[in-house]
Amino acid sequence: MNWDASSLWQFNVLLLIMLFILAIAAISIKDLVASAVIFGAYSFIMCLLWTAMLAVDVAFTEAAVGAGVSTVLVLGTALHIKRKSKD
Amino acid sequence: MKPLALLFTLSVGVLLLAASLDLPDWSDPASPASSHVSPYYIQESLNQTSVPNLVSSVLADYRSYDTMFETVVIFCAGITVLTILRRTFRSKDKYILPRPEREDADIILQSAVRLLVPVMQVFALYVIAHGHHSPGGGFQGGVILGASFILLSIAYDLKTVLKRFKENSILFLSAVGVLIYAGIGIICLFLGRNFLAYGAWAKLLGITEQEAHSHGMLGVEIGVAITVMVIMFSLYADLSSSGDLDEGL
Repeated sequence: MNWDASSLWQFNVLLLIMLFILAIAAISIKDLVASAVIFGAYSFIMCLLWTAMLAVDVAFTEAAVGAGVSTVLVLGTALHIKRKSKD
Repeated sequence: MKPLALLFTLSVGVLLLAASLDLPDWSDPASPASSHVSPYYIQESLNQTSVPNLVSSVLADYRSYDTMFETVVIFCAGITVLTILRRTFRSKDKYILPRPEREDADIILQSAVRLLVPVMQVFALYVIAHGHHSPGGGFQGGVILGASFILLSIAYDLKTVLKRFKENSILFLSAVGVLIYAGIGIICLFLGRNFLAYGAWAKLLGITEQEAHSHGMLGVEIGVAITVMVIMFSLYADLSSSGDLDEGL
């Protein structure tokens, strides 16, 4: 298979822009539960970027740990503490 | 304080971006990272270990010692969370944050999860068993197995899952996973090789050294998967019920 990662560079730039937006949204939003969900979406975009860089094993780990379990763990914790962040 | 923090963040960001210009180009074959050890792994790994997935063979064979202690780190993290959060007695003046009433069981959600969980678990076992031929391995498979139990306890109740998956067995299995990993290494020592040199298993199993490396990797991946699975579930159980293991999310 002759696949060149640069043939999809527009898609990668789009993913990178989305990554930036999600990263800024995750730290600036006041609601911790929403922040946790945005963090999960951030991990998923990161997973797609790993795939674009042909690091499939890392992408797999990112999808399972980052987007899957850690979102649930952060969400479970955020529901038990004060939901609104002060800053 | 805030403008100062912004200033520091921005200056560190600019410094990092400036430093990233010195990094070698992406997938540059002449970069230091791919000119010393990488060619050796790329050329020799299939002959030495009969494992097509280079990532797995580096992770679980050439750098097996590191992966063993990664498993120990996960074990320690799980035990620490358990030690800090777990409440074995119920204090009377425990402050309970107001939570929305748990609605009646949602039949659509529960039926969907009943169908989904076996598929997830079979897929996780495939990821573990096939980890050295395709992307995957013990960590990923263990996390998916743990996530299937988490999904079950979100859709049903934490108690329903804990009835089948007792806390004692969580503690027991988390240690068993690390012991499987270390045990495979120690048996290599008894067979007269270095710690975690899987080639020693060749005589014991009656196979070639290359196949012994492949099977040794599978063995340690199973150990990793067991520890990761139970620790992930125990983290969820303790964090979502603030240590009471009663209700969950």
